[in-house]
Amino acid sequence: MSSTDVLDEVVGSEYKHGFVTDIESDILPPGLNEDTIRFISAQKEEPEWLLQFRLDAYRHWLTMDQPDWAKLNIDPIDYQAISYWAAPKSKDDGPKSLDEVDPKLLETYEKLGIPLAERAALAGVAVDAVFDSVSVATTFKDKLAKEGIIFCSFSEAVKDHPDLVKEYLGSVVPTGDNYFAALNSAVFSDGSFVYIPKGVRCPMELSTYFRINASNTGQFERTLIVADEGAYVSYLEGCTAPMRDENQLHAAVVELVVQKDAQIKYSTVQNWYPGDENGVGGIYNFVTKRADCRGDNAKVSWTQVETGSAITWKYPSCVLRGDNSVGEFYSVALTNNYQQADTGTKMIHLGKNTSSTIISKGISAGHGQQSYRGLVKVAASADGARNYSQCDSMLLGDQCGAHTFPYIEAKNPTAQVEHEASTSKISEDQLFYCQQRGLGVEDAVSMIVNGFAKEVIRELPMEFAVEAQKLLGVSLENAVG
Amino acid sequence: MEKLLEIKNLHAEVGGKEILKGIDLTVNYGEIHAIMGPNGSGKSTLSNVLAGREGYEVTEGEVIYKGKNLLELEPEERAREGIFMAFQYPVEIPGVNNSYFLKAALNAKLKHEGKPEIDAMDFLTLVRDRMKIVEMDDKFMSRGVNEGFSGGEKKRNEILQMAVLEPTLAILDETDSGLDIDALRIVAEGVNKLRSPERSVIMVTHYQRLLDYIVPDFVHVLSDGRIIKSGDKSLALELEEKGYGWLLGEDEAA
Ligand SMILES: Nc1ncnc2c1ncn2[C@@H]1O[C@H](COP(=O)(O)OP(=O)(O)OP(=O)(O)O)[C@@H](O)[C@H]1O
Ligand SMILES: [Mg+2]
Repeated sequence: MSSTDVLDEVVGSEYKHGFVTDIESDILPPGLNEDTIRFISAQKEEPEWLLQFRLDAYRHWLTMDQPDWAKLNIDPIDYQAISYWAAPKSKDDGPKSLDEVDPKLLETYEKLGIPLAERAALAGVAVDAVFDSVSVATTFKDKLAKEGIIFCSFSEAVKDHPDLVKEYLGSVVPTGDNYFAALNSAVFSDGSFVYIPKGVRCPMELSTYFRINASNTGQFERTLIVADEGAYVSYLEGCTAPMRDENQLHAAVVELVVQKDAQIKYSTVQNWYPGDENGVGGIYNFVTKRADCRGDNAKVSWTQVETGSAITWKYPSCVLRGDNSVGEFYSVALTNNYQQADTGTKMIHLGKNTSSTIISKGISAGHGQQSYRGLVKVAASADGARNYSQCDSMLLGDQCGAHTFPYIEAKNPTAQVEHEASTSKISEDQLFYCQQRGLGVEDAVSMIVNGFAKEVIRELPMEFAVEAQKLLGVSLENAVG
Repeated sequence: MEKLLEIKNLHAEVGGKEILKGIDLTVNYGEIHAIMGPNGSGKSTLSNVLAGREGYEVTEGEVIYKGKNLLELEPEERAREGIFMAFQYPVEIPGVNNSYFLKAALNAKLKHEGKPEIDAMDFLTLVRDRMKIVEMDDKFMSRGVNEGFSGGEKKRNEILQMAVLEPTLAILDETDSGLDIDALRIVAEGVNKLRSPERSVIMVTHYQRLLDYIVPDFVHVLSDGRIIKSGDKSLALELEEKGYGWLLGEDEAA
């Protein structure tokens, strides 16, 4: 068997989170107009200003076109065929304590490896569980409150901390920023809200686990994290969805506000359903993530492991406004079968002596296609700005593709911008070496790929790193041998 | 004496070209066989065929290992059955921890033998012990597999792996090339420590000096895909003195 055949066989993943939870839900009929938005807002008993925020976004969205500059083949999306609200029925009367959460939901998260009961919970990780359009549980809230930390669902934040939400919502990603951000701003359902007060180091990892369950629904979550002066938080995001034949839209917006001397570490393991081996079904993952380093010495790092979704369109970015602020982007993206990903980052250097690091690792197998798209922009004001970018691609087989689009705009002569790129094939020599030491082909591929992605994986918090390593292996099962 | 490996009339092609043209070789348990011969004669090809490398097609003949047809086993199955090949050019696997890799290899073998996996502590003890044989520093275990190793360090790492995996048949392809005098002695000691009535070694080399340290039971000369001469250790000395010319001439005459 030629090595290409071998590789073709090893790629061919089995999605482990594809089950559906049989739970009664309130689902809004498909369709999008101002009434839909009023309905969502009313369901959540939102203040008038927030309804207005949504309506402004919607009206702006109507004037926009879906972007087509990414190297992606996207079937036309009928925005009127999507349902914009789905919530498990028992959730009508607002947030409840964990004991009151529907056992079916607890069981769902248990199955996904995210136990929500605090006694069984992962040590040192607080979880906000978002099921379709609503947050169903947030753990360790009280413990965190003792430190003055706010960690709750977005809807609760709107009710309990309206001033904070009003101050920061849309301040990093304006409603009209881009097509999908505008759509999200109009119809977002739930998500997580985090506020870390001045000088507080969050004592545990905060994590949101997103689950799409209902069919024909979109998920539009909104995450807002504010680290006040000198604060620190590490935040994790995980996602899965059932296996369904139709494509489902997920258009999220994540805003990070990093004040002077503060640091946010944001990690994602994205494992939305990728579609089957023929490219049928799967999630469209069109996400806007941006961090604003507002004060001096602010630091933000994005770490992402993207193995899921039929199509990923995602560029977590850093606006380095404060002097000496630091932005980092570590990414592993894996595309198998007919998955497509166009992902990368934007580093916008505005402050003096700002620095950024980009490490991107792309792995393509089967007919997977992916592009790294990155922008490093150095404004005239950014004396002494530095960037280092490294983009490595690994191909498994000869039907897949990897592309790199690095854009550099440097308006300050003192800027130092360095870019390195490489493309490699998993080599027959490496495979044979592993086999000669007794390792099966699948284990060998998984090992080689994990080695390739190591610089990124090691940036993840421990529990996530283990999960991510397994995921890379599983996503490549049958890609070889 | 009991046969471990029996190669009969082995013909093999690489890229459509016949490289091995009828090899016969029997290796009994406990024996060390040295294979010498000019560049391009097929020594690495023979090693690769025995290890089951893809692209090396056997067109004729058979190979019996432990009484079974070796050629129908996948490369990893051969490895788990105790065939270990020390590579002429060990490959780098960036980012894969050397210790993790070796433990996975050992566990694959243990599992195949129906034994429980080795736990982290026992593994550490074992590796530390074997590292002494090859005089390797601890720090190599936390680096990527052969990643940035010097030529000699790579070869030592091969011998370390061999010492941990304790193969039944070790095939050493020019393990001595690229080694300095001290490393050569160290590597040779590693092989000698492994020597036992249950194990055999096929050792490909160009130089007598390795055979000063590891004294072979037999020496074979491979030329143009055939074994043209076999003898005891004195044959290597003769080759060192006279080169291959006289043998090749004899071959043509025959
Ligand atoms: N993939 C290939 N395609 C064509 N010919 C090949 C291929 N691989 C090896 N060969 C040829 O097979 C012959 C034997 O090569 P081999 O590597 O076995 O020699 P060797 O005896 O190990 O030589 P050396 O002492 O230089 O290591 C050489 O002529 C080589 O060019
Ligand atoms: Mg050779």
